[in-house]
Amino acid sequence: MDLISIAEWSRFVVGCALFIYLGVWLAFISEMGLRLRLKRATASATTGATPDLVAVGTGASAVAAESSGDARSGAAEGGEQDAPDGPEAAGDSADLRGYLAEQADVRYRMGRTLLLVATAVLAVGVAMRGIGTERVPWGNMHEFSITAALVASVAFIFVGRTAAGRAVASWGILLVFVTLGLAVTYLYVPPGPLPPALESYWLVIHVGCAVLAFGLFTVAAVVNILQILAERAERRGATGGFVGLLPTSSVLDRLGYRLAAAGFPIWTIGPLILGAVWAEVSWGRFWGWDPKEVWALITWLVYAAYLHARATAGWKGSKASTVALIGYGTAIFSYFGVNIFFEGLHAYGGL
Amino acid sequence: MSGDVTSERSGRRSEGRVEPAAERGRSGARPGDMTWTPEGHVDAEPARTDSDGGADKRPPALSLGEFLRWAWRQFTSMRVALILLFLLAVAAIPGSVIPQSDVDPLAVRDFRARNPGLSEWYDRFSLFDVYSAPWFAAIYLALLVSLVGCILPRSWQHFTAMRAKPPRTPSRLSRMPAYRSFTVDAPSGEVQAAAYAELRGRRFRVADPRDDGSVAAEAGFLRETGNLVFHLSLVVVLLAVALGGLFGYRGTVLVPEGSGFSNSIVQYDNFSSGSLFEATDLPPFSLQVDRFVMEFIDAGSQIGQADNYEATVSFVPEPGAEARTETIRVNEPLNVDGTLIHILNPGYAPAFTIRNADREILAEGPVPFLPQDDNFTSTGVVKVPVADDEGPDLGIEGVFLPTADVGQNGPVSIFPEPRNPQVFLTAFYGDLGLNSGVAQSIYRLDKDGLEQFEDSDGEPFRAALAAGDTVELPDGSGFITFDGYVSWVNLQISRNSGKEIALAGALLAVAGLAASLYVRRRRLWVRAGTDDEGRTVVEVAGLHRSEGGNLDDEVGAVAEGVHRRLSKDQLDEET
Repeated sequence: MDLISIAEWSRFVVGCALFIYLGVWLAFISEMGLRLRLKRATASATTGATPDLVAVGTGASAVAAESSGDARSGAAEGGEQDAPDGPEAAGDSADLRGYLAEQADVRYRMGRTLLLVATAVLAVGVAMRGIGTERVPWGNMHEFSITAALVASVAFIFVGRTAAGRAVASWGILLVFVTLGLAVTYLYVPPGPLPPALESYWLVIHVGCAVLAFGLFTVAAVVNILQILAERAERRGATGGFVGLLPTSSVLDRLGYRLAAAGFPIWTIGPLILGAVWAEVSWGRFWGWDPKEVWALITWLVYAAYLHARATAGWKGSKASTVALIGYGTAIFSYFGVNIFFEGLHAYGGL
Repeated sequence: MSGDVTSERSGRRSEGRVEPAAERGRSGARPGDMTWTPEGHVDAEPARTDSDGGADKRPPALSLGEFLRWAWRQFTSMRVALILLFLLAVAAIPGSVIPQSDVDPLAVRDFRARNPGLSEWYDRFSLFDVYSAPWFAAIYLALLVSLVGCILPRSWQHFTAMRAKPPRTPSRLSRMPAYRSFTVDAPSGEVQAAAYAELRGRRFRVADPRDDGSVAAEAGFLRETGNLVFHLSLVVVLLAVALGGLFGYRGTVLVPEGSGFSNSIVQYDNFSSGSLFEATDLPPFSLQVDRFVMEFIDAGSQIGQADNYEATVSFVPEPGAEARTETIRVNEPLNVDGTLIHILNPGYAPAFTIRNADREILAEGPVPFLPQDDNFTSTGVVKVPVADDEGPDLGIEGVFLPTADVGQNGPVSIFPEPRNPQVFLTAFYGDLGLNSGVAQSIYRLDKDGLEQFEDSDGEPFRAALAAGDTVELPDGSGFITFDGYVSWVNLQISRNSGKEIALAGALLAVAGLAASLYVRRRRLWVRAGTDDEGRTVVEVAGLHRSEGGNLDDEVGAVAEGVHRRLSKDQLDEET
């Protein structure tokens, strides 16, 4: 197999990963649905039980509580003890709950395994593209997208190890799915060499940093959305529905901050500073208000505003998250929008 | 309520926080006071500091001085910084949507031609020059002043805080967010010594052991230092860019293969410079483009895409010096003491020889044509002025096709490399208007004084020439020979002053940013007390003064460390 066909087959491998991601998402969503049912069943069973009698949960539910790690899954444990007033009726629903918890657990493990598999397959696809074209796999929008999706996917694996991150990963996978879907269709560019302007080691770090920061911002954006939903639910006192399964808004707030705080310096270094350095080498000026430069700066300004907002009274929580989402919107625009709508020096996307 | 707690992270005083010292005086709180308030709670009630008592009592009228102070405080507050950041982000948008005259002057000209009415309005708001517009400058200068106004007092505060002793130990350590305790037999003095050593070993700033049997320590000052460094470095970057721009220059010149260029302003096609630039600043070099190679991908899906541009030049650093050969590629400019020579866009220059009816040469040589598409279909004109008494001027309008192919819609170029170079041309005679004193484009004929040649059928004269072909103009007016072609390249010569300082500032800013985001500022206390049985109770507690991470681990590690040191001491004594 020659190099070009390796690169061409990469599209097929990425397409496979795309469908595995769909499986991941379905597994996580069905787990969520089961947990929701479990919660409802628990809620109806615990009415009347005194919290003092809460004993250590048995079997499946203990495992469920442990593996879900959800702040609210303590309630599941609570429901497991025999209610003193109706042992038999409770026994039935305890069976049901045990079954639900077990099933939810199975789905979770399935989703997690699939996520690892999907990430591995995607990594192979990205690597094939890189090997086949004999360069870093971020020379055009197709390659940038699949690599950013890989970064986000790896981030979801790490984030997903914590309780708060589970919900994030479940919904974030959808974004990976959409990104890959776009990458193998609309954004697809057949493999080939780069235009002379991109043949530079600066591509490796300048765009590499952009991919990394973009991946992190993507994960942060999912967290921000969930944070806003969780905070609204908390304000209304709503505990039902899928928002009831979310981590508390303050946990999400901190997680979002950490992800943005990781991405922001990378965005500063890669797209802005090293971009300026490369622009000087390639075009003879370090800052020329090219649309891409303008939008990279706008993104930087909005994320800077986010970091400031989180230190300002009255701007914490969902307001800050909204600022971060605006920032992500501008990041998306500096990636897609600028290539689609404007002409400029960064016309390498392959659209 | 301590103001310091709130404003750790982002380098800004939080809104509503009034003059730290005054506030502290009023509320009786100071850093390290026992009443711990989570970050951000302080400024949740900004009104409280102002209303001294009943809410219905109107505050006394402000004097001018007080008003100015109030206004300055507002201006340097976080909220204003937030607004200005947003404003700057929004203000930058039009510059990416509307063509900018210093980015793409041709696009601006086209836009003006198409929308004369709108352009007038755009001009009123400098929308063709957003980034040098007064309103844009107003926003970033306001941001800069707000930033400096915030950072300088904070730097002073930080400086004094670093010199101050860690705060005294709270009376009830168990109320701290991270807390451990254990009992040992060692006397409290030994515990203090062990805690002192342990905390010093962990690079805490530790106050001398106190009478109440406690040790207080503080760490993470680098966070605020980084924060200040970050913001001050941004100022350095902006100043370096702004001042550097005054001395910098940039020019472009089109040089056909085999031709030369010497570095003086008159030789440039385009030249722009900062206001403090002087023509004598130009380094006195000259160069000749010996060879300019264009290579294109000739197979696969990206057929026709450029693969490599490479210029080989004889470079003479100063008049009289020896020429040396240099290569310029894309991404590899020639650097002459900080002046960079880049290759920009290339093209082809077909070479013609134009003779009159007597076969005397009127003009010869390559004429740069401008590429119109990716396959270098290039258009251009040849202007041949002829002395008035010898006949009319000649003007030739032509299309150069590197790889000509006659398709359904007429001749087109199907590949950028010259594999079948042809010229399709027509010719005019009359007055070129070169003496009218009005500047003319060298790529366009001013047809006001020109008549197109017509062939015997009365049709406009047209000819297609391959390299070496000659065509005779109608009525024996002359001869045009297409001799061949050379390539040309646009060279850009530029100097960006201040870039080294800007880069250093930017790198410093990132280092500061990393410190301000990832270093955690925290306080730790260790206290030795006595329990009912007479044993020594060691309490370790920690308090975060900035967001992030879990302090439990560190408090636990310190507790273990102190314990280890104590048992080691004991062992030493026993042996």
